Amino acid sequence: MAEYHLKSPFSEEEIRRLNAGDIVCFDGLLFGIRDLTQIYMFDQNHEPPVSLAGAACIHTAPSLRKVGDKWEKICVGTTTSTRMERFTPELIGRYGVRAIIGKGGLYQGSLDAMKKYGAVYLAIVGGSAALETLQIEEVEAVYWEHLHPEALYQFRVKDFGPLTVAMDSHGRHLYEEVKAEAIRRLPEIYKKLGV
Amino acid sequence: MKDFDYRIVEEAAKQTYIRALCDLPPDVRAALRKAYDRETQPRARAAFEAIFRTIEIADRDKTLICQDTGLPIYKVMIGSAYPWNGARIKKSLYEGAKRATLEFPFRSSSTHPLTRVNPQTSVGVGLPVVYYDFDEDSDRLDILMAPKGSGSENMSKMQMFYPAHGVKALKKFVLDAVIESGANPCPPGIIGVGIGGTADLVMKLAKDAILRPVGQRNPDPEIAKMEEELEEAINATGRGPMGLGGDVSTLAVQIEMAYTHITQNPVAVNTQCWPARRSRAVIRPDGSVEYGY
Repeated sequence: MAEYHLKSPFSEEEIRRLNAGDIVCFDGLLFGIRDLTQIYMFDQNHEPPVSLAGAACIHTAPSLRKVGDKWEKICVGTTTSTRMERFTPELIGRYGVRAIIGKGGLYQGSLDAMKKYGAVYLAIVGGSAALETLQIEEVEAVYWEHLHPEALYQFRVKDFGPLTVAMDSHGRHLYEEVKAEAIRRLPEIYKKLGV
Repeated sequence: MKDFDYRIVEEAAKQTYIRALCDLPPDVRAALRKAYDRETQPRARAAFEAIFRTIEIADRDKTLICQDTGLPIYKVMIGSAYPWNGARIKKSLYEGAKRATLEFPFRSSSTHPLTRVNPQTSVGVGLPVVYYDFDEDSDRLDILMAPKGSGSENMSKMQMFYPAHGVKALKKFVLDAVIESGANPCPPGIIGVGIGGTADLVMKLAKDAILRPVGQRNPDPEIAKMEEELEEAINATGRGPMGLGGDVSTLAVQIEMAYTHITQNPVAVNTQCWPARRSRAVIRPDGSVEYGY
């Protein structure tokens, strides 16, 4: 288990260096996306008004408030990623996103894209919105405001993490490994439980 | 007798919602600390450390622990030694939950199931969820509030087994449900289990179970034994905090039981995430309010 402190946007090389189980923190650019953001992008064919190349994208529906022209954070947390599987391979392949941040993980299609293009899934500790909100220094921009709270958000973060590399660019999937181990242990657990 | 001022109940409904979102109960904090002490995997320990930092920040800044402010649930114990007005209580809970959302302000998660229109108030048709019970010996109004987030609530499961399936079917069902839910309910939290009753009651029992203080065993020794067995079994899976591996997969398994039909053997699972949020207000006839958990 190695620990890294990185700066976003990321290069392909630094992302390919990460292995499942490593712990990452980073500074810099972070985009917030969610179900509707991606339906708007991929099903309704809207090109993002900002480059996502090399970026980290977090699955979130933030609580923000608009004061004049400026957006301020209230509470930013992480939602379950599995709902976003359908969009993720294209997000990585077409737009060059290098890190997806969420909880619960993604599936094989995303894992294949991560291997092919050089990207990772970084697992955050769910429920820790108070910590995440503190690590967001600024809401730099909100694109597609009419979709809020499922717009496209540009945050600047500092010491964002800890994040666990749960899916890497070498085909390893930590959630699946942990699940497979649980299933391997099951017969013994059933026996002890008398079922 | 002078009329009771139900604005006090409304205020308590508002305050308990906000307090639950920002201030984790002491028993939950203690259970997380205890779990951290016995966790040996470095990655899992790092997850616990992030959890403790989150709790600290929420305490210091009086801010939300988790962005999912959930659907509001109130369990109300009405003391029968005072003429509390049930209809006024119901209205006060509705208004209090709404005011908490608008005045804090925090995200409303309530929505119409077909149109998906969010009224931005956390309430709506059928919400807040309210359960009433009565205490003959008390003159107080005891309000227990729990905001329930969707990561854990979406993992709920219920099954009507037959008596022929026996107790072992119930145990297997609970274990399998937890394994299937993986990282989604933000483990390690509480696994609430309902046994017996009818289809609706069994899920209510599972919800009652997660609203007990963490680690408080069921008074029935047979059920307490089952809680221990299931806890050990779930932790033996090695799923760990956030499903990324570790020694602690759950803080506690808590079971509630009701008698059932001779032909029935129902079981339900209602999971609770590690921020096992709840808050309490006890209101006396003189209008004084005491907040707790």
